[in-house]
Amino acid sequence: MKKAFKLQDLGCANCAAKMEAGIAKLPGVTNATVSFMTERLVIEADEARFPAVIDEAQAIISKIEPYCTIKR
Amino acid sequence: MTPKQKKNLARILVALALFVGVFAASESGALATAGAAASINPLYVEFALYLIPYLIAGYDVIANAFRNIGRGQVFDEDFLMTIATFGAFALVFFPESEPHMAEGAAVMLFFQVGEFFQDYAVNKSRQSIRDMMDIAPEFANVMRDGALEQVDPYEHSPGDEFIVKPGERIPLDGVVTAGSSQIDTAALTGESLPRHASAGSAVISGCVSLTGTLTVRATKPFEDSTVSRILELVESAADKKARTESFITRFARYYTPAVVGIAVLLALLPPLALGLPWADWVQRGLIFLVVSCPCALVISVPLSFFGGIGGASRQGILVKGSNYLEALAQVDTVVFDKTGTLTSGVFKVTSTTPANGFSRSEVLRLAAHAEAFSNHPVAQAVRNAYAKEAANGANAAESSQSESDRGIDAAMVREVRELGGLGISARVGETTVLAGSAALMEGNGVAFQAPSQAGTVVYVAVDGVFAGSIIVADAVKPDTREAIIALQEAGVRNTVMLTGDKESVARTVAAELGIAQVRAELLPQDKVAQVESLLAAQAPGRKLAFVGDGINDAPVLMRSDIGIAMGAIGSDAAIEAADVVLMDDKPANIARAIRIARKTMRIVWQNIVFALGVKFGVLALAAFGMANLWLAVFADVGVAVLAIINAMRAMRA
Repeated sequence: MKKAFKLQDLGCANCAAKMEAGIAKLPGVTNATVSFMTERLVIEADEARFPAVIDEAQAIISKIEPYCTIKR
Repeated sequence: MTPKQKKNLARILVALALFVGVFAASESGALATAGAAASINPLYVEFALYLIPYLIAGYDVIANAFRNIGRGQVFDEDFLMTIATFGAFALVFFPESEPHMAEGAAVMLFFQVGEFFQDYAVNKSRQSIRDMMDIAPEFANVMRDGALEQVDPYEHSPGDEFIVKPGERIPLDGVVTAGSSQIDTAALTGESLPRHASAGSAVISGCVSLTGTLTVRATKPFEDSTVSRILELVESAADKKARTESFITRFARYYTPAVVGIAVLLALLPPLALGLPWADWVQRGLIFLVVSCPCALVISVPLSFFGGIGGASRQGILVKGSNYLEALAQVDTVVFDKTGTLTSGVFKVTSTTPANGFSRSEVLRLAAHAEAFSNHPVAQAVRNAYAKEAANGANAAESSQSESDRGIDAAMVREVRELGGLGISARVGETTVLAGSAALMEGNGVAFQAPSQAGTVVYVAVDGVFAGSIIVADAVKPDTREAIIALQEAGVRNTVMLTGDKESVARTVAAELGIAQVRAELLPQDKVAQVESLLAAQAPGRKLAFVGDGINDAPVLMRSDIGIAMGAIGSDAAIEAADVVLMDDKPANIARAIRIARKTMRIVWQNIVFALGVKFGVLALAAFGMANLWLAVFADVGVAVLAIINAMRAMRA
């Protein structure tokens, strides 16, 4: 399952790269991209784990940029 | 400007004013006298005063830095800036050191100024690309109970009718059921000439109706309409990252820790091991910390790609990913499918050669009548040519004939027989006409002459006597030759044409267009094999692009390095299979796409070289004690801002 989300208040390009690397390593995630320019997060992950993956992704994002949120 | 930006700007200005005040007071000596009068060390007065603008400018940075340390996120900008500025202030405690409070406050201040500009520039470029892609219609006019009502295009379903008034955007793909208008497709195709649409024409969403009111029946829901698909395509293009982009993010992952490591060594080792002055070497370490921020690099590369993709889409060139834009810049071989790409795909009579005393128009008339009921493209071409000729003839002779007589008189045609792939035999008036291939002539014992030009030949015989030949060919698009020349100027070294056509026809077209290689008489499945062999022959680092119309060459589009679909407007299959979609069917856009890609890559590399050059330069100067914190701040945020400004050039394709 592949889904795109908008990221609100994504502040810096390097942080976006760190988020991408972190989310891609989550269990069940086959592919993840964070585009700084379009403020877009695309996650490709197992259907069953998808809701959990999004929560874990948000946790990673908050750790890097406290104000940045996934718009669901 | 967003509210957040306005707030930041106000904060920066206040801090800047205070900073200038303190700076002036300290330089003029006023602080020293005041401090002496109150019998306090003037240095500590200065220290306290500089802390005010410092904290106003940087309290959020410092707070963030401490929070991030708690989360195990070191090496981010906030952390590095906090350490560097704390260090600058702390230098006052080294007795042998010059005071560096002014620099500490200034570093934070200018870091914030730089961040502000960076934020502003990024938002601006996001906005301008959004504006450029502002082709999404906001409403559809629907007739309800005799009154026009504006509804959200999302709520409109296929089969429903809607009305487009002059000046409005067409909200969904559909077919015109009533009215006629000139339609401006520039937002989608970059083509400035409007198209005409009237009842029966298919129209696509995102175009603007200029002159008339149209009633349109939707054929697709909004989310599948052209405009939604294009917007989705451009948005998601940034997700497919270029190699350069991944390289820079990987580089940043090592660069920052490495520079920070060197900073620590530089601050500690020389004073400890060689007894050199602490203040001097700690300062060198602080400069390293400021320069170690990776943002200038990391931000300018995706921004350039995004700009390039945005600029291209304004010209009707949709590039489906940064990676494809990067590959497009390396193209040195372009392979074309002939029909529909180089040629219009519509057959036309290119010449008629009469024989044995027949006239040119007679040959055309007889052939057109014999083929009156055939729907073969060649027959259609012959009929079209005859209709045109008849219309011209009628004008010239101010004929009294009515409109219908100019065309084909179907009543004259009897006993039509299709002769299995060879041609047609029919009675036209009182004569028997044969129209078809050379084999048909031979089979009927007609002595004929083959014409010298290439093309599909229709031989015509009347009552067993050869009357002449008609050549039908697929017409080359008007600007194709210029497009091939433009490709060569853009750096394409090899052009190849693939076609299912006969060798002779293919060679003539290729020679006319200046295409170097021809592979003719190919079956559709042969084209993939041809492209594979060409791919195998490519020099490393050079890419091969295949240009097709996307209708039946999807496998080839996918197999080549870059698949370019042409004239793909409204064709979902083509948009799906291709990496680059030319909305228009103008071959000139291929060279334009390559030029945009090359320009974008130039900007990307300029930024990488410039940012790294300045950073390494300042690092080297700092290591030898020839840089100060001011220069370091420039190397960080100054470079970022310049790189962003440069990146925005990519948008103006």
